[in-house]
Amino acid sequence: MNSTALPAASLTTQPLDGGMGERIVLSGAWRNTSLPPVLGAVDELGQRAGGQRLELDFTDVDQIDTSGAWVLKQMMVSAADRGCEVRTRGMTPAMKELIGALPDRLEAVRASAGAKRTLFQRLFEPIGRTVYDFWEDSISAMNILGAAVRGAQLKFGRHSGLSPAAVVNQMDNMGVRAVPIIMLMSFLIGAIIAQQGAFQLRYFGAEIFVVDLVGILQLREVGVLLTAIMIAGRSGSAITAEIGSMKMREEVDALLVMGLNPVGVLIFPRLAALAVVLPLLTIVANFAALFGAAVVAFTYSGITFEVFLTRLHQAVAFSTIIAGMVKAPFMALVIGVVAAVEGLKVGGSAESLGKQVTASVVKSIFVVILMDGLFAMFYASIGF
Amino acid sequence: MDMQKGTPQDHEIVLSVEDLTVGFGSKVILDQLSLDVRRGEILGFVGASGTGKSVLMRTVLRLLPRRSGTIRILGQDYDQLSEAERTALDMRLGVLFQHGALFSSLTVKENIQLPMREYLDLPQKLMDELAHLKIALTGLAPDAADKYPSELSGGMIKRAALARALALDPDLVFLDEPTSGLDPIGAAEFDELIAQLRDTLGLTVYMVTHDLDSLFSVCDRIAVLGKKRVLVEGTVEDMLAFDDPWVQSYFRGKRARSIVRTEDARP
Ligand SMILES: Nc1ncnc2c1ncn2[C@@H]1O[C@H](COP(=O)(O)OP(=O)(O)OP(=O)(O)O)[C@@H](O)[C@H]1O
Ligand SMILES: [Mg+2]
Repeated sequence: MNSTALPAASLTTQPLDGGMGERIVLSGAWRNTSLPPVLGAVDELGQRAGGQRLELDFTDVDQIDTSGAWVLKQMMVSAADRGCEVRTRGMTPAMKELIGALPDRLEAVRASAGAKRTLFQRLFEPIGRTVYDFWEDSISAMNILGAAVRGAQLKFGRHSGLSPAAVVNQMDNMGVRAVPIIMLMSFLIGAIIAQQGAFQLRYFGAEIFVVDLVGILQLREVGVLLTAIMIAGRSGSAITAEIGSMKMREEVDALLVMGLNPVGVLIFPRLAALAVVLPLLTIVANFAALFGAAVVAFTYSGITFEVFLTRLHQAVAFSTIIAGMVKAPFMALVIGVVAAVEGLKVGGSAESLGKQVTASVVKSIFVVILMDGLFAMFYASIGF
Repeated sequence: MDMQKGTPQDHEIVLSVEDLTVGFGSKVILDQLSLDVRRGEILGFVGASGTGKSVLMRTVLRLLPRRSGTIRILGQDYDQLSEAERTALDMRLGVLFQHGALFSSLTVKENIQLPMREYLDLPQKLMDELAHLKIALTGLAPDAADKYPSELSGGMIKRAALARALALDPDLVFLDEPTSGLDPIGAAEFDELIAQLRDTLGLTVYMVTHDLDSLFSVCDRIAVLGKKRVLVEGTVEDMLAFDDPWVQSYFRGKRARSIVRTEDARP
């Protein structure tokens, strides 16, 4: 009974009495697992012109399934097409029924090959497509921002929409649970910057300025940037995956027909939570990084905590902190909106979900960095 | 689906479940359930919604853990098999899940070819032909071959899932509500198709269904799940004679009566 013990399919040919054609004696199990050895012989038979008569002898066939029946049926049909007279012998009723149930030929449907494109089209079409995609993404981002502000209900003109429980729940997921990893990462970054800074500044005997270096760099740029990148990877991907799988299973459509605004119900709480949580996480990150820097400054350069704090107080103006923190809510919105746009683009397949999650993380990290650059240019030109 | 020469042994048991107990947490779904399925038959499995028909099927397929009991499929106890023997056994089972469970990132044709690719050593051309053959046999239009599951209608998903279940020409197929969501004509065709496949391929079919028409027209035997076990198994006549309020209202209800009457009216 074990499929490994099946006798392999085989065939032998004999000339028919009178030399008018051939008899093919089939034997063994013509099942999908035991079929491969005989396929070569079947092909060869098919290519041979053959005589006027073909007789298939099924007497020694143990078992047959659709694949075996199909191969044999093809043999018979092509012989009949060549004008051969086909006969069979020794078929059980079940075999007869199986072979009879198969269609003579399949309507093979081939995807029509697309019209040939010129070099010009091939060169510029992707560019045009990218531009259009970008335009559509921007439109739907605006759509999402607008709809998020409008709230959950589409009907009855009720604008309340904001459900505090959902927002708080999201804040817990995206914020509170991210604290340990953000703290650890920032601590290490602060320590690394301080260590390298201290080594370089030592040449000038200006090790104390490592405090200025770390303080300004962390508070203005690195703190918010790294936190945003971390959150883009951690929560942006989650938002895309959640919304995408809801889209896939028609849950988004269900919301729509209930008269609810999916953007208001699904996206707004996440956007609001992100906008609150990212600045808070940035503050946490800044503290952790400064602490890491202080520890390193003490170990490598003997700068005590007291000296560190005093120097920090002199080096960092309040505006430095503001310059960093102002960026956080903007970055939060960008991450949330990009994640939502990508999530709503998910189609019917699991594969598209994976693709969109990847796109979401890549795009939001890119936009976050781009935005940081724009802010830097803006600050420089207004002298902030 | 062996078509051995000579008459198939009567009443050879291809699936036997003994004293099966399954539960989730403190909730027991199946309690000491026993069931036999014979070679070459179409067994219809009915029961109220939520009684555990899908759970039983999933347990038999080892997708859910069981608390006690033995399950023998095609004469073999899965727990006592080696890795290679398990694979050989898996190849001989086909499953149509309640919701299709087609791979969403593959076309219908690729879905059907997936088990073939994994298990069989056939040339690509023959596999293509076989996939198209299964598509034709299950009554799908040829152009469905290159469609993705999200582009199919509910009934087409059922057919595609059946085509995939039949990809390896299994001995035993499990169908979970194959005709739900089909129009009555489509459902009748589907029933006929299953009966035809049973006759030609020698399949044994385990079919969970709520469709009274299927029960009356193609099922050789019917088993009823209730009170955490198989309440009764047998032919339609046995069902009609069985004294249990649920079974009575199921097989003698308004919807059933009209079918029984038309069946009786036939010569
Ligand atoms: N993973 C699970 N965890 C907990 N309970 C479950 C789980 N799967 C199923 N159940 C419970 O087991 C019971 C039986 O479910 P099952 O899906 O087998 O019903 P069914 O008989 O197939 O119903 P239907 O005809 O509606 O498909 C239900 O009460 C269900 O809530
Ligand atoms: Mg079910």
